[in-house]
Amino acid sequence: MNVPSNLKYTKSDEWFDPANGAAGITDYAQNQLSDIVFVELLVDEGETVEVGKPIASVESVKASAEIYAPASGTVSAVNKGLADKPETLNSDPFGEGWMIKIAGGNAGDVMDADAYTAYCDGRAH
Amino acid sequence: MATIVEPTIFELSSPGRLGVTMPASDVPETALPPKNLLRSDLPLPELAEVDVVRHYTKLSKFNYSVDDGFYPLGSCTMKYNPKINEDTCRLPGFLYTHPLQPIETVQGNLALMFEMQEWLKEISGFAGVTLQPAAGAHGEFTGVLMMAAYHKARNDTKRTKMLIPDAAHGTNPASVGMLGMSVVTIPSDSRGNVDLKALEAACDDTVVGMMLTNPNTLGMFDENIEKVVNMVKDCGGLMYGDGANLNALLGIVRPGDLGFDVMHFNLHKTFSVPHGGGGPGSGPVGVSQRLVDYLPSPLVGIIEEGDDDLEPLYGFVTPKHSIGRMKAFHGHFGGGLVRAYTYISMHGPDGLKAISQFAVLNANYLQARLRSTYKIPYDRICMHEFVMEGQFEGSDVRALDISKRLMDYKFHPPTNYFPLIVHEALMIEPTETENKDTLDRFADALIAIAEEAKSQPDLLHNAPHSTPFGRMDEVKAARELVLCCWLPENYETLK
Repeated sequence: MNVPSNLKYTKSDEWFDPANGAAGITDYAQNQLSDIVFVELLVDEGETVEVGKPIASVESVKASAEIYAPASGTVSAVNKGLADKPETLNSDPFGEGWMIKIAGGNAGDVMDADAYTAYCDGRAH
Repeated sequence: MATIVEPTIFELSSPGRLGVTMPASDVPETALPPKNLLRSDLPLPELAEVDVVRHYTKLSKFNYSVDDGFYPLGSCTMKYNPKINEDTCRLPGFLYTHPLQPIETVQGNLALMFEMQEWLKEISGFAGVTLQPAAGAHGEFTGVLMMAAYHKARNDTKRTKMLIPDAAHGTNPASVGMLGMSVVTIPSDSRGNVDLKALEAACDDTVVGMMLTNPNTLGMFDENIEKVVNMVKDCGGLMYGDGANLNALLGIVRPGDLGFDVMHFNLHKTFSVPHGGGGPGSGPVGVSQRLVDYLPSPLVGIIEEGDDDLEPLYGFVTPKHSIGRMKAFHGHFGGGLVRAYTYISMHGPDGLKAISQFAVLNANYLQARLRSTYKIPYDRICMHEFVMEGQFEGSDVRALDISKRLMDYKFHPPTNYFPLIVHEALMIEPTETENKDTLDRFADALIAIAEEAKSQPDLLHNAPHSTPFGRMDEVKAARELVLCCWLPENYETLK
């Protein structure tokens, strides 16, 4: 399981990059969902988001999931190409699979990489 | 792999081949509508009658139904559908009537509907019942509409939140979303009950109510059900019961007595109406005294009392603050109500209770036989179903692989990946209609598959091996949504 050390993580398996405000879903989340077949971003540039509010809806062959904002702020960019390539969330969740960028983002209740790794291990079985 | 390929009906088509030869027209020809209203392209298949019959007969042999074998699809209650239901629903008096006939000419049908309302009230402990909803989710929508109407009538308009446990059926939040309400998810605790602390935190004066399935989708009867109901009621909310799992409770527990305000019945689960293609479904809704005035209109009522010599006159009545019609006519009468009425008549009160007792016994027997082979994360006495993990320590075999392999053992797979709170969930509901031999064969198959998962995992990864078609590419099917048998000319631009 890949957990980059420069990112922050939520209990609902989103990541947030304090350096540039980018947010997405974690490697653990994409692995649990298995093959992702549909993604819809629910917010657009210029909108404000609040911690815990839905920013995207994701469907895999197993399940569907809402993705929640890990930080509050204004949406400065959205990854428009994602809808056409939902599989990017499986192949590169922390890179090309970023979902939105939140400017001036105040992160909510987030964990660092070590805490998140322990949190995932605790759920493994 | 035993691949039997049957071409699609479009591939079998040959230009000019006919099923029916029409006689020459004996009426004058008239001009066609303007060209811009006509389709130039409608590639209907052209075949003889015999080709069509053989094609669909072949396809029907690829099917697997509850008449073929065991069908432990959790939460769907795939019980055997007695064939006497098929006789009664085809009795001419039921079959050849129209919903717009004068009531005096359909008294038998109305009497059956009236009695069905009464029986469902008795079974569930509710004060009123509507038979209109077409199936379960339609029943949910009807129930939530009544909850909203109740709060609105009291000018309690700030109530917009519905509390829904994380073990709920997906239809619950969907029904709520259809009404523009918001959903607050309540987690389950380590014993599979509603987490009371989380519930307490969510209970306030913005709560419409709670939608609870009891027993829930883990097959667990909530051990704190009275507390849960009281907490929701204390904050002014209403209790919705999802009746999908009623097969565990018949003659034993009545949701109305537990304090529920509304519940839908799935006649196509609990009361032996066929599912899906053999249906249609039927989703009557029962309500407590405080919601009876909001029931959909019309209900069947007695409009002239009878006496010793004279039958009462049945007709239609409208509740005082009815939410209105939920369906053009009166629900799925022949397909749903007559079959379910027959089923209830055939069993009677003691028989219905035995149904639930055997459903619970069968589920517990299977759980006991499988508990040492598969991990059961919420391991206590279950009700009519239980959920186990379809994965093994240090193995890459998943629930889907186990399910596909079960098809090689001639069993329908259980429900996969639901509820979401169990990793690699396999949700097993045997129902009361299976005998011990069948249950043993099924348990033996699952134990053999667990052994295969260790010794030859690829046998599972590539399963099924004995079906007409092998493993379907679900990812491709979900990502490339081409549902046409031919591609429209402008397909590339549509993309």
